[in-house]
Amino acid sequence: MLAFIIRRLAQSVLVMLFVALIAFVVFRYVGDPIASMVGVETRLADQEIMRDRLGLNDPVVLQFLRFIGNALQGEFGISYRLQQPVTELILSRLPATLELAFASATIALVFGLMLGVFTALKPRGFATGLIMAISLIGVSLPTFLIGIGLIYIFAVELGWFPSFGRGDTVDLGGWRTGLLTESGLRSLVLPAITLSLFQLTLIMRLVRAEMLEVLRTEYIRFARARGLSQRAVHFGHALKNTLVPVLTITGLQLGSVIAFAIVTETVFQWPGVGSLFIVSVQVVDVPVMAAYLMFIALVFVLINLIVDILYYVVDPRLRVDGGGGGK
Amino acid sequence: MKKVMTHLGLALLSTTMIAGATSAETIRWARGSDALTLDPHSQNQGVTHNFAHHIYETLVDRDVEGTLQPRLATEWSLKEDDPTVWVFKLREGVTFHDGAEFTAEDVVFSLDRARSEASNMRQLHVEVTEVRAVDDYTVEVQTTGPSPLYPDNLTNTFIMDKDWSEANDVVEVQDYAAGADNYAVRNTNGTGPYILQSREVDVRSVMTLNENHWAEDTPAVTEIIYLPIADNATRIAALLSGEVDLVQDVPVQDIDRLQGTGGVKIETGPENRVIYFGYRFGEEPLASSNVTDANPFNDPRVREAMELAVDRDAIAQVVMRGQAIPTGVANPPFVAGWTEELDAYPAVDLDRAQKLMAEAGYEDGFTVTLDTPNNRYVNDEAISQAVVAMLGRIGINVTLASRPVAQHSPLVTNNQTDFYLLGWGVPTFDSAYVFNDLVHTKEGSYGAYNGGLFSDPELDAKIQSLGTEIDMEARDATVAEIWETVKSERVLLPIHNQVLAYAMRDDITLPVHPENQPLLTGLTFAE
Repeated sequence: MLAFIIRRLAQSVLVMLFVALIAFVVFRYVGDPIASMVGVETRLADQEIMRDRLGLNDPVVLQFLRFIGNALQGEFGISYRLQQPVTELILSRLPATLELAFASATIALVFGLMLGVFTALKPRGFATGLIMAISLIGVSLPTFLIGIGLIYIFAVELGWFPSFGRGDTVDLGGWRTGLLTESGLRSLVLPAITLSLFQLTLIMRLVRAEMLEVLRTEYIRFARARGLSQRAVHFGHALKNTLVPVLTITGLQLGSVIAFAIVTETVFQWPGVGSLFIVSVQVVDVPVMAAYLMFIALVFVLINLIVDILYYVVDPRLRVDGGGGGK
Repeated sequence: MKKVMTHLGLALLSTTMIAGATSAETIRWARGSDALTLDPHSQNQGVTHNFAHHIYETLVDRDVEGTLQPRLATEWSLKEDDPTVWVFKLREGVTFHDGAEFTAEDVVFSLDRARSEASNMRQLHVEVTEVRAVDDYTVEVQTTGPSPLYPDNLTNTFIMDKDWSEANDVVEVQDYAAGADNYAVRNTNGTGPYILQSREVDVRSVMTLNENHWAEDTPAVTEIIYLPIADNATRIAALLSGEVDLVQDVPVQDIDRLQGTGGVKIETGPENRVIYFGYRFGEEPLASSNVTDANPFNDPRVREAMELAVDRDAIAQVVMRGQAIPTGVANPPFVAGWTEELDAYPAVDLDRAQKLMAEAGYEDGFTVTLDTPNNRYVNDEAISQAVVAMLGRIGINVTLASRPVAQHSPLVTNNQTDFYLLGWGVPTFDSAYVFNDLVHTKEGSYGAYNGGLFSDPELDAKIQSLGTEIDMEARDATVAEIWETVKSERVLLPIHNQVLAYAMRDDITLPVHPENQPLLTGLTFAE
């Protein structure tokens, strides 16, 4: 077990280093940060002074090593755009993104499960056909279109929800939350729905497929033969057995919800790390982009690590395979 | 169930109405991006300056006509016996937000800070050698030579309090390379009409009226809530849904629709920014052309043919949807040296253009690559696409290379382009600013954006003389001569001046500022 975890950790470190390298190489081609920082009216000699001060004239290898060295100490430098420490910027934006991600994951899970079970139990109903058709739209429409559509219907035409921002927030010891105020909660509705739609349809289709599979198995037939109530058969036996893959997917998708929040956050001017990243890309704010990519990589690596460990605990076959090498 | 939903909807609707109704004096002001920093000398960038102008003040500034106005300085003039010294008389009885009195030592301190090495404002003060206080309300600025237009450079150089800066250790401007941020990046103490109450970067900033401000007229707006909204559609939606009162960055394609929408109105006006094309001069063949033994752009007949083939009116009408002012000179109309004759441009004449191409030996045309930015100016990429099609009509086969400004700009400054689009604003409102960077031979601090490497020693001498000429009449004559040559030689191919549009609720009025730096003190309410 311990050897397995150590091996996985070593792999994770390699992945992180690789991400850092790719990020760094890509940034060389995003453009000249100075050009966006100073605008066209700054004289070239002054731009050169700035470039020197920022160490952009040093060899790439040296810049990369310096970046890794600082990153190990949790130090990502100062944002070129906002002139504030990057670590602080990202941490201050993180609560917004996490609240949005968890809200939309909850919506996706709850409604995905409900609709999945419903469409599996009534595979030929009219409602099922309708839900499946709509779910296709959810999968295929780009997020920004859904977001803008929702804004026009529910903010501009109906005026039910705010079109942008996070509403009033409350500071709880460094964690700025929008969950405790009315305007904060109302602001959360549209972006959370927008972000959840894709995952919702994914979970729904997964639950439906698994459910249909399980409902055909012997033990369900036996359960029915024993005269158990429909309710006990469907939820006690069938649903329970579909949950393992659903939970795995949900866990893995949580990472992508955080990462895909970029588009939703931009459309709704949601002050999270995603919108911070987009603005930073536009002005080539390299320290923020680097720190963000490293952060997202870390989220994925951590989630994968936890999932792997859980598999190891749950699935005895993995243990046999892993142990074989050790002996 | 349906009924419950309707009720829920109505309940939510009514709360929105209550939350949306604010007192008449609060203005929720949305823009595409946030101020980068609160440190007034650290960034030379329009959005940042616009924000700072509400909190900090400058010695002089410009009104919506582009005319220089007194602000913290009441009078300024060259010293009688010494044209290398500017004398500024300062406004008396002005206090900073923390109550400290505004005096000459604050001006000396701020100008020195603005021209220090880490400051991004230093380019505007390169000629300054010393700033000295004569008495509490008089400051002298010593320049290397006569500098007749120095006050034009002061419109965005803000005045800080010396004692406050020293107490908070912000005597130096924020250095990017340093490990920590500077107190002045997040805190302010100006003399301006509004006091910053709170600020969340990229989210919202709140300012309230400074009751002790020196101006006689109290502004109508008593509270400003500044809301950066990056996405164009969301920003407009916020105005339509009544969540903001004023949108400063309105996308061109939305102007028509907004004009037809009830409760919302649009103010438009010309911006101090001209959009033009530049091309490569010199004998050396173009890197991107199929003509390998000569440079077609170096032939004046080709340049004339290009001008005759480009339909500026069509670009203004179709690409810009009427939101552009076509021009024949690379100089915005606010800038000294602009005349109507220069501004005139020839009608499209394809026959003559084709004849000129044939005379120059290019009856079969030639190929070339056009470099264009795609996120810097209004519809920049679409303008270039239109020009590609127009030049195709006289056989110039243009390949378009479109890049974000961060990648486009180095191509121009490093002269790695044969043909490019660029926009030019003139913050000094003087033609010399255009000549220095776009027309003068590229050498030293001159010709930084002379991407096509145009060079004319005779013009260079004239341009250099502008820097020190103190006889304004002689100077104006030289400016006119230079423009004449630039226009007849077709050193640049100007297209149009950009138009700015602000959208707002229909009971308020905010005139467009040519530098896109409106002060909300100038906002008026109907009735």
